[in-house]
Amino acid sequence: MSSEQKLSLQEQQFMGKINAEEKIEPKDWMPEKYRKNLIRQISQHAHSEVIGMQPEGNFLTRAPSLRRKAILLSKIQDEAGHGLYLYSAAETLGISRDEMIEALQSGRAKYASIFNYPALTWADMGAIGWLVDGAAIVNQVSLQRTSYGPYSRGMIRICKEESFHQRQGYDIMLSLVNGTQEQKAMAQDALNRFYWPALMMFGPHDSESAHSAKSMEWKIKRETNDDLRQKFIDQTASQIEFLGLEHPDKELKWSEERGHYDSGEIDWEEFHSVIAGNGHCNRQRLEHHIKAHQEGAWVREALAAYNAKKQAKQAEAA
Amino acid sequence: MSDTIKDATLEYAVRLGDDANVLGHRISEWVSHGPFLEEDIAYANVALDYIGRARMFYGYASELADDGRTEDDFAYMRDDRQYHNLLLMEMPRGDFAYSQVRQLLIDVYYNLLLPKLAESRDDTLAAIAAKAIKESRYHLRRSRDWVLRLGDGTEESHRRTQAALDSLWGYTHEMFEMDETERLLADKGIAVDTTRLRDEWHRQVSSILTEATLSVPEDGWAVRGGRIGYHTENLGHLLTEMQFVHRSYPGCQW
Amino acid sequence: MQDNALELFEVFIRSKRGLDHKHVGSLHSEDHEQALEYARDVYTRRSEGVSIWVVKSSDICASQEDDAEDFFDPNDDKPYRHATYYELPDAVNNM
Repeated sequence: MSSEQKLSLQEQQFMGKINAEEKIEPKDWMPEKYRKNLIRQISQHAHSEVIGMQPEGNFLTRAPSLRRKAILLSKIQDEAGHGLYLYSAAETLGISRDEMIEALQSGRAKYASIFNYPALTWADMGAIGWLVDGAAIVNQVSLQRTSYGPYSRGMIRICKEESFHQRQGYDIMLSLVNGTQEQKAMAQDALNRFYWPALMMFGPHDSESAHSAKSMEWKIKRETNDDLRQKFIDQTASQIEFLGLEHPDKELKWSEERGHYDSGEIDWEEFHSVIAGNGHCNRQRLEHHIKAHQEGAWVREALAAYNAKKQAKQAEAA
Repeated sequence: MSDTIKDATLEYAVRLGDDANVLGHRISEWVSHGPFLEEDIAYANVALDYIGRARMFYGYASELADDGRTEDDFAYMRDDRQYHNLLLMEMPRGDFAYSQVRQLLIDVYYNLLLPKLAESRDDTLAAIAAKAIKESRYHLRRSRDWVLRLGDGTEESHRRTQAALDSLWGYTHEMFEMDETERLLADKGIAVDTTRLRDEWHRQVSSILTEATLSVPEDGWAVRGGRIGYHTENLGHLLTEMQFVHRSYPGCQW
Repeated sequence: MQDNALELFEVFIRSKRGLDHKHVGSLHSEDHEQALEYARDVYTRRSEGVSIWVVKSSDICASQEDDAEDFFDPNDDKPYRHATYYELPDAVNNM
């Protein structure tokens, strides 16, 4: 059997598993592109969780009540945890966390562009939880069925924990709209600033999406960008109405025929511009991450040195 | 409960609440700044424990005050002259060694104080202490391990850890001092007589420091005043940040 | 920029007394003790466990997918080892 034929046999077996909705596990043979695609997506997802700690961390020390502070802190802590689950999942594909962090810090790997928007008021903590986590959850619920086992299990775990994130965000918004005029205005402003960027989180239209087709075929992605975005638009419309806030999309209209909301077009120029580095916080987010990592270097070195000494002592004793 | 005892207990609960609130705030400043992800998550748990503790102590204070003030009024509506936390709590975040050394000094303290407070004749204080002791046992396990690792790690980590210790030591004495209020409550079996904890604290801390190849600082200097609102300049900045949103929109619900 | 200071550990958690320990993920730490503490902080934030195991990932010896046929298939032809192999009269249920 020639190596080419053997490969195609492996590939056939692989696609057989995918089509039968069986999960691919770490030790299984997989096409190199499948592995690369997964590493790209999972690490990007992990980086997003970790960078996503910053806008909220920025407000943690200004939280207006002790109860809100405790809730926000546990939410940010969850994000660190979710980043860790995802790095864990990616590591099963033969890449180390150090390599992934290096890719993030050098700009080779991306994170969700939403975190390049600044968090300016307390209401932004509400909007981020409700809209940004809300959009992320729509995507993550779908990814629970992703074809790669460790990723799928990570998603299941994350979804279970994350339902509280969106609720606490909406709960902040509820308190604000039921408060003073100033608070309500703050809520409206946050909604206005975060609604469209949240829609952008689902990525470009399917027709423009570079990675979509192959990811769908391999069942890494289970639903298209536009389908997921539609779900989010539909569910958010009534939530905005309930808050008594003005919908930022003036063209939003229910379509009986489609059974969905029709909506205005996203400002794709802004989308590409922020990805290209023109967001308010692109540089700040990376610099923050790099600084923390560098400041931790001597701590990690100390751990290694202490461990080496300990092992030397044990060896001596043995 | 007589008015004198009630007032003293209220003040005592506020002090313990201030300690927890200020330290919890300082630790929360580490979020997204940790040396690696696991530690970021672990240290956030410690911050959460302290914020929870602050809420319990302030909650009890508002019960005793019975004048409509809430836990948040205690946390957000008092200035630094009215805050009665130990100075050690308000010292800046510093580097990782600084934070872990402070943590060790405080964790050993609480592991001695809380079991005693759990026997307080005041049921509420006793209940809060009983819950907190489990947390503090775990905190000590962490800070002890960190100080051992950093003290006996590299030359740099040793240097940083010793420097942190030398600059924090003078703020520890105040943990073991009693004023009239606490003396009164201790006599009634409500507050803990912390003067009696000092020797054991010193013994335990010294033993850990020695194992970590660090030298125990001399007792040549001592800064005091936290319990009467005579603070370092750090607290004002901390409160400015903590209270900004709450005070900018007076009377709001969040 | 390899740090190398921290090793990879696999984490197993018993969620309730009476259940098996189940693999939940991995983490990095310096040694077993620290791995246990981090596992507590990372994987049981919502009281998900009553007992934790940590194992160095490098200490796990795993079966290889390439061997899977030789390894597992020989047991495919022993249906008589499964209860469903035996059809019992309806009168006898719940055996």
